[in-house]
Amino acid sequence: MASEAQEKAPEKVQDKVPVTVLTGYLGAGKTTLLNRILSEPHGKKYAVIVNEFGEIGIDNDLVVGADEEVFEMNNGCICCTVRGDLVRILDGLMRRKGKFDAIIVETTGLADPAPVAQTFFIDENVGRRTKLDAVVTVADAKWLTERLKDAPEAKNQIAFADVILINKTDLVSSKELDEVEARIRGINPYAKVHKTQRSQVPLDAVLGRNAFDLDRILDLEPDFLETGDHDHDHEHGHEHGHGQHHDHGHEHGHKHAHSHGGLKHYHDEDMQSIALKTDKPLDPDKFFPWVQDLVQKEGPSILRCKGILSFKNDDERFVFQGVHMILDGDHQRPWNKDEKRESRIVFIGRNLPGKKITEGFESCVA
Amino acid sequence: MSDTRADTVSVVERTRPVAAGGPVVGLHFLGGTAAFVLGEEAVILTTPKGEPRRVTVHAGAILASATDGEILVTGGDDGKLVATDVSGAFEIRATDPKHRWIDHVALGPDGAVAWSAGKTAFVQGKERREFEAPSTVGGLAFLPKGFRLAIAHYNGATLWFPNAAGATPERLEWKGSHLGAIVSPDGRFLVTTMQEPMLHGWRLVDRQHMRMSGYAARVASLGWAAGGDWLATSGATQLILWPFGSKDGPMGKQPRLLAPSEHRIEVVACHPKQAIVAAGYGDGMVLLVRIEDGAEILAKRPGDAPVTALAWRADGLFLAWATDNGEAGVVDLT
Repeated sequence: MASEAQEKAPEKVQDKVPVTVLTGYLGAGKTTLLNRILSEPHGKKYAVIVNEFGEIGIDNDLVVGADEEVFEMNNGCICCTVRGDLVRILDGLMRRKGKFDAIIVETTGLADPAPVAQTFFIDENVGRRTKLDAVVTVADAKWLTERLKDAPEAKNQIAFADVILINKTDLVSSKELDEVEARIRGINPYAKVHKTQRSQVPLDAVLGRNAFDLDRILDLEPDFLETGDHDHDHEHGHEHGHGQHHDHGHEHGHKHAHSHGGLKHYHDEDMQSIALKTDKPLDPDKFFPWVQDLVQKEGPSILRCKGILSFKNDDERFVFQGVHMILDGDHQRPWNKDEKRESRIVFIGRNLPGKKITEGFESCVA
Repeated sequence: MSDTRADTVSVVERTRPVAAGGPVVGLHFLGGTAAFVLGEEAVILTTPKGEPRRVTVHAGAILASATDGEILVTGGDDGKLVATDVSGAFEIRATDPKHRWIDHVALGPDGAVAWSAGKTAFVQGKERREFEAPSTVGGLAFLPKGFRLAIAHYNGATLWFPNAAGATPERLEWKGSHLGAIVSPDGRFLVTTMQEPMLHGWRLVDRQHMRMSGYAARVASLGWAAGGDWLATSGATQLILWPFGSKDGPMGKQPRLLAPSEHRIEVVACHPKQAIVAAGYGDGMVLLVRIEDGAEILAKRPGDAPVTALAWRADGLFLAWATDNGEAGVVDLT
């Protein structure tokens, strides 16, 4: 058959229904957060997709039971898994477009967030009409440290998250809280962390995050919050989007000033993040083959990746992000005059070959 | 080549518009009456010259529809299976006890109805039977002979004799998610659409596999043309026709590619008597394509929304079409 050069019309992002994925180990407080989202007087309607065998007691008009059926795509990559039930349910829900403003997917405590996220990138119908907003993970302040030792699913959920709620902080001492936070940071220094009781969090901290939107990749600095300061982290100017141009410079000063308030540093034994940067321009003809080869080979180990790139002879920032072996990237905007042109990439994954990745990245310098 | 097909013979002026009032997700003829199935709640029934009537049959989204030419069955997210006749009278044939969505429906011999909710497939003939598939059912199709149902699911399909209690259903294996099922008119081939942009087929006599790939998108619409000699499919910027005329089916053969466009074909409907396929494109155009020589007739000009549904009247003299934004029409080819 002839090759199909498909020229897709640019999709209007605002027409797509945002989908928030709630993960978290059993009993961490997902359902409490979900009910909080549904019951607050925001005037919005949500369609909720819950696991059929999950916790009950959700008060909402549009609740759909899902089976969490994961299957592998026939594309030769074992990490390229999709939630088939989500493809079906989202297709059905979109027939009632206009009846709700957003969709929330609550996964079981044992679920891996990756197939959920990959569904949005792999299925064209899903990707055309909905967009993944963020993966929000609720962690139990008292038990997370234990779960990180005995439950790989719990670690996946932390590593994959864009937003993490350390919940039930009233049940632990401040020392224990510091400990669990440091454990989380050892795995995923980039997620926004909120410390909560009874999943109490401002809704804009968990909804409307645009965490998978290439336009919102602004910086790749670790997100450290000061211990004991509950609301601090959602006040960063850039988080509410808009006005990309002045944000970047502003943001740098802001974050560095806060630093991290004396947190212990932990290195998780098998889940780490790798952050690399260079102020030398990269050669796109070297970078793309390298990164594609890397995710092909190491895709199963790489949970998430993101990058902001400065290519030679290119006045625009290039941004990319990925989930396992799926990469998504585009030119974002021109580099600002007062902006430092440097390339930064971040990988979060399991037993990442740090030396190989570092050397590979360095070899992409023009 | 222009996508407006400015020089193509046109029957556009023979169209009678129908106000569907919402996105159309299914389209069927019940005798001489066209039934436009909306994405939500209702079916619009109209004869080529009569006034359209709206019948509200579901309390939410309509997820699936099928006809045998006499009744229309629909499945909804209200957990109901509804049968509607040409007069607009309807009855609830089944209500899922767990209020699950009715995802798929099919009609078989002697008024038998099949439907599925999640992993469970049901058949209502003289009695109601149910079958638990290994995963969520992706599609249903009756075989032309015998009381037998093909059920597509993850990693293959199952052939089930609902009335043969105790007989083990026959499992056809192929890795991946199988989303739709269609059986050739002679009953020799089962073809499934997959999550990947490809089709998978089995020659049932010896379970010989057939892989049909090369599509740009998931194949959402397919049908048998010219009595089963060709399988016409959507999912590419050309009409893809797989040759099924010989005993080997399309194995080792190239498909015929007709009616190229800049836009993808979203839906196909095969003429009931002649070797002609109606193809609906992503830009709203509908072409009638003759398989023999690729000759084209324009049945609807490009518009604002993709074509979502097409259907021929059983005598092939009327073609109905509808789009994602509720535009619809019936073309008189007499």
